[in-house]
Amino acid sequence: MSRGALALLVALALFAALVLWPGLMTPLLRLVAEPGQALLYDRQPIRVLVAWHLALVGAAGVVASVVGMTLGVLVTRPRGAEFMTLARMASNLGQTFPPIAVLAVAVPLLGFGFEPTFLALCAYGLLPVFENTVAGLRGVPAPVREAARGMGLACSARLWRVELPLAAPVILTGLRLSTVVNIGTATIGSTVGAVGLGEVIIAGLQSGNTAFVLQGALLVALMAICADLALRGLERRMSRAG
Amino acid sequence: MKNASRRSAAVYALPALAGLALLPFLDFRANRIVSGEGVMLWAPEGGSLLGAATLATLILGTVLIGAQLGRFVAALAALALLLWLAGQGAATLSAEAPEFARISLGGGFWIAAAFAALAAADAVARLSLGALVRIVALALPALGFGLALRGGLFDDLSILREYAANRDVFDAALGGHMRLVLGSLIPALLIGLPLGWLCFSSRRARTVVLPVLNLLQTTPSIAMFGLLMVPLGALSRAVPALRDWGVGGIGAAPAIVALALYALLPIVANTYAGLVGVPETMRDAGRGMGMSRARLLARVELPLAAPVILTGIRIVVVQNIGLAAVAALIGGGGFGTLVFRGMGQAAMDLVLLGTLPIVALAILASLMFDAIIETTRRGGAR
Repeated sequence: MSRGALALLVALALFAALVLWPGLMTPLLRLVAEPGQALLYDRQPIRVLVAWHLALVGAAGVVASVVGMTLGVLVTRPRGAEFMTLARMASNLGQTFPPIAVLAVAVPLLGFGFEPTFLALCAYGLLPVFENTVAGLRGVPAPVREAARGMGLACSARLWRVELPLAAPVILTGLRLSTVVNIGTATIGSTVGAVGLGEVIIAGLQSGNTAFVLQGALLVALMAICADLALRGLERRMSRAG
Repeated sequence: MKNASRRSAAVYALPALAGLALLPFLDFRANRIVSGEGVMLWAPEGGSLLGAATLATLILGTVLIGAQLGRFVAALAALALLLWLAGQGAATLSAEAPEFARISLGGGFWIAAAFAALAAADAVARLSLGALVRIVALALPALGFGLALRGGLFDDLSILREYAANRDVFDAALGGHMRLVLGSLIPALLIGLPLGWLCFSSRRARTVVLPVLNLLQTTPSIAMFGLLMVPLGALSRAVPALRDWGVGGIGAAPAIVALALYALLPIVANTYAGLVGVPETMRDAGRGMGMSRARLLARVELPLAAPVILTGIRIVVVQNIGLAAVAALIGGGGFGTLVFRGMGQAAMDLVLLGTLPIVALAILASLMFDAIIETTRRGGAR
């Protein structure tokens, strides 16, 4: 078993254990809590919060990757070339917006809760996928493209059977960056009422309960690390296959 | 060729026009909290028919004018007119409105302003100017905007009402934000540059350092702030003298440490990549001239690696300007204070008052670093 796969297995096992039996954390949390404070967050079961967090990040990830990849493919086609500068500039500009600002701007449009966070996650997760789709498609060597054309493949066949498979590892890197960033942004989403693990941290910050903060922070960090390791493994497998 | 360039200019002009045609230019609300009614651009108290026609002409001008310089000037003029009409419209509206009425910029304004700015930036990029000329070309309009702001052109807009009401909070936030960004950058450089060199010279260091930094980068910001509260809180309890320095579980200290940790990966990775990219022949030449290891590093390797290292620092600065906004959650100060306060009060313009300076700072930092990187590239090629 490779070192990456081993790390993923350890991280996943630890995460699952702490989600299913939050009590395992009490000895650690006791070190930071003030006497008499609650140690474990009990307003909602951790399992429910994790499920919502994953659902939010997953749903936004699907939207972001479909839209990001479609846009990336469109601007690299000859007919879409004029949109390239606009798309690149908009995407660069988008990355200077802090996630919290995207969230804050979405609230008056959509109200508090799931929707503004979902919108912010879609918008913010789109950028790395788009950038990497463009980079990956541009990185396909010209001789390969020529060869595909020489074989008489139609435009769409070239895209689906040659260009996209070759660009897949780079696109996957974009998807990984987008997912990891979104796990963090979804955490901040709890400040606008999204249900998720951020709730635990925010509750801790509001009531001065360091144990809550530590519990939430550990779970969120572990979730991000699991996602990162899993997608990294997939990337390695894809580039080996390519 | 000309047609293609015209079509690409239309990519900016059409959304700008559509935004102005479909969405309100200004938003009028009876007080700070209630939802408003839109005022379209061509309404007498919006921009009036004359203003709307002039603006449309200027926006079409960016498509019809062939020369990039003319296109740039037309886009800038459109942007200036947009701002002026918004300021005037707000003044007209508030003159006949009750005291608590608020006038905000509407969706049409934001879309048109964004696309006009993008069109101007696109024209500048196509002019392929030198870095310094480019900065001047963007600094002059910025200066004009600053003077108009100072002169009170926008004082009737809600966002400036928020500024007037929160002036001291804003000033503290600006200072706090700079302190977070610079305070984390300096230690990150002091640690990151030597660490990057270490990764370059030792394979074993590389296999340990880079995965650890990757792990740090993966940890979401709010979780990182939370995790750092614990050791820093314990530290300030154990050594009370540190508390006088502001070290504690909440406040700026954990935020600065967290931002410095986030800054390490790009700095270390780019220092390493920059040093690896120095051609072996250059090193040989330096050694042949009798340079010592330290001299070789200072006179040959670092100057040649500088553009790549600076690119890493650019990533870090832009990233930390954005991340510093989250620091307000743990009492770290900065513009996030305004954003979170605005969200708490459901006051959109207060949120914008916190957000716009962050975006402006990030854009300013990327422009500055782009210019510096370009200069070092040219210096290195000599």
